[in-house]
Amino acid sequence: MADKTTENLEKWCAAEGIAFIDPAAEAAYKRRARRIADVIQLNVPDRVPVVPSFGMFPFLNNGLTCQEAVFDYEKAAAAAMQTLEQFQPDMFLGSGYAFPAPLFEALGYRQLRWPGREIPAHYVYQFVEDEYIAADEFYDHYLADPSDFMLRRYLPRVCSQLEPLSRIRPFAESFGYYLTMCGSYAYFGIPEVQQALKALMKAGEESLKWVTILTRQAEEIMSRGFPLYEGGEAAAPYDLVGDWFRGTAGVMVDMYERPEELLAVMEKLVPISIKMGLDLARDNGHPIIGFMLHKGADGFMSPEQFETFYWPPLKKVMMGLIDEGFVPMLLCEGTYTSRLETIADIPRGKCIYWFETVDWAKAKAILGDTVCIRGGIPASTLFSGTTDQMKDCIRQLIDVVGRGGGLIVDCGLWFDEARSENVKAMVEFTKEYGVYSAAIRKF
Amino acid sequence: MDSDLVVLISELKKKEAVEATQRRLNAGEDPLKILADARRAMQIVGERFSAGTYFIPDLVYSGKILEGVAAIIKPGLSQSPDSKKRGKVVIGTVAGDLHDIGKDLVAFMLDINGFEVFDLGIDVQPQTFVDKIREVRPEIVGLSGFLTSVYQAMKDTVDAISEAGMRDTVKIMIGGGVMDDEIKRFSGADAYGRDAMAAVDLAKKWTGGA
Repeated sequence: MADKTTENLEKWCAAEGIAFIDPAAEAAYKRRARRIADVIQLNVPDRVPVVPSFGMFPFLNNGLTCQEAVFDYEKAAAAAMQTLEQFQPDMFLGSGYAFPAPLFEALGYRQLRWPGREIPAHYVYQFVEDEYIAADEFYDHYLADPSDFMLRRYLPRVCSQLEPLSRIRPFAESFGYYLTMCGSYAYFGIPEVQQALKALMKAGEESLKWVTILTRQAEEIMSRGFPLYEGGEAAAPYDLVGDWFRGTAGVMVDMYERPEELLAVMEKLVPISIKMGLDLARDNGHPIIGFMLHKGADGFMSPEQFETFYWPPLKKVMMGLIDEGFVPMLLCEGTYTSRLETIADIPRGKCIYWFETVDWAKAKAILGDTVCIRGGIPASTLFSGTTDQMKDCIRQLIDVVGRGGGLIVDCGLWFDEARSENVKAMVEFTKEYGVYSAAIRKF
Repeated sequence: MDSDLVVLISELKKKEAVEATQRRLNAGEDPLKILADARRAMQIVGERFSAGTYFIPDLVYSGKILEGVAAIIKPGLSQSPDSKKRGKVVIGTVAGDLHDIGKDLVAFMLDINGFEVFDLGIDVQPQTFVDKIREVRPEIVGLSGFLTSVYQAMKDTVDAISEAGMRDTVKIMIGGGVMDDEIKRFSGADAYGRDAMAAVDLAKKWTGGA
């Protein structure tokens, strides 16, 4: 019997239920999906797949500002479709990188800053990190009830419009006694809380608008013969704690001062992260689940800390997805050379490891027989290099990392600013130089 | 007793370090002497970080310990400690970019290695760099950036320093997630540093130290 990963990848490659525009599109879709499935499972594909991680590039390259892209979903979608036509990658995200700014503005969200508001109109939106929740307010509450923590502590703290929700009573107490529901639902009657609920409704409307456009766009992308980029997102528990609640410095201090509580919270986050990834990927019928790893890079913790706090909970999340037949795709931000041995401890042919900066030859030597490697093109070369430099870079990458398969060519991060001809070279030259001979394929 | 505090801080024993500080203050010791020990401990932390035996969380935590120690010493300080500096560095994250973690680490490492650091913060306009350089006359300028969006802002800042006629008076280093030698070339900076240790090495080299 085929394992669950094979089963899930085969289902994806079969492309059932997609309304293709013509048989050529159907054949192209199947070829592209097969190519990706092959590199994931460490079979030699027909050629090296190329999947540029377009950040704000599709919008900037088609005459939009980043501000227009995050406020006008239709314009963003149109620019994304032009980009698909122009570059023809092996998988494509669409306009999903242009987050819906009005959704966050309706909530008074503090963790993101928007182009054309606090930052220049042609810049990508930015995450603003802080210690939003103090350790004393975080650990006990989260361990007792994550949902209550999110509703009554976290969201009121990071969304100015939802601040009044800190006053409502926990839903865990919603019993029909006279002092509980009969009395405590009065909070939903006060104007401030009603205002907060209206803000949520407005955010909901924006989310619905955005998702509707993205769903229509996803159908269009697939109908033209291009597999979608990923099915869902999960995260490393350590990053969830550091990114959203405690901040980079806060979670680092917690490793020294509250190691047991930190480990306990991360244990609680494991099934949450698994479910988040699986639910989305199942809904989208796509086997790949993305992770963006932020806080485990070389230097950001000692090898002992990485092996205590970062990798074990992350591996549990990955195994939860792998056990269900899904493919974790880890974007390892920063430099990862010192982590290679540790993260090699994962079943063969089940994952994609995507590096921003790494010793590529070492990565191939240590991981090449275990996972598919992705990345390799520096953002700086895309931005100011020549097309010849691009070609040299791709040639070298394919010679070293692409040997015998197991490589997806990409930039090491979501790029915004890049020369269009360099992006073109990245796709075209990979398609030209990355073809595997029939002899190698058979081997 | 004196060396205790140096060991406690450099071994990252926060509670014990704060207690030892309190004990020495209670015994009537000169706060300046205690502060000098704390500084010595931070130098050890910096050396271990440069040697690769300490990592960023160790730096961050040593900073926390120093904060705790300084908080109980400062009320008793009649004068600020005076130490000779290796050189001056003006540092900041370039215009439009709000990231500060990497820049803060570099500033921290430069500080404990004896440089006088003028940290302009995040989203710093080219003109703000120019004004500060004119004011404090540093030997070194550090530009930080984390986004491909700010490649141009790096160049604009270097250009602004040139247009103000001060390019020859400073050495400029760049750093941050998406920076590299290619962007050093593009921006016209003097060097790219891949991490905080590299920044310290460059700064020492440029000020004639080892």
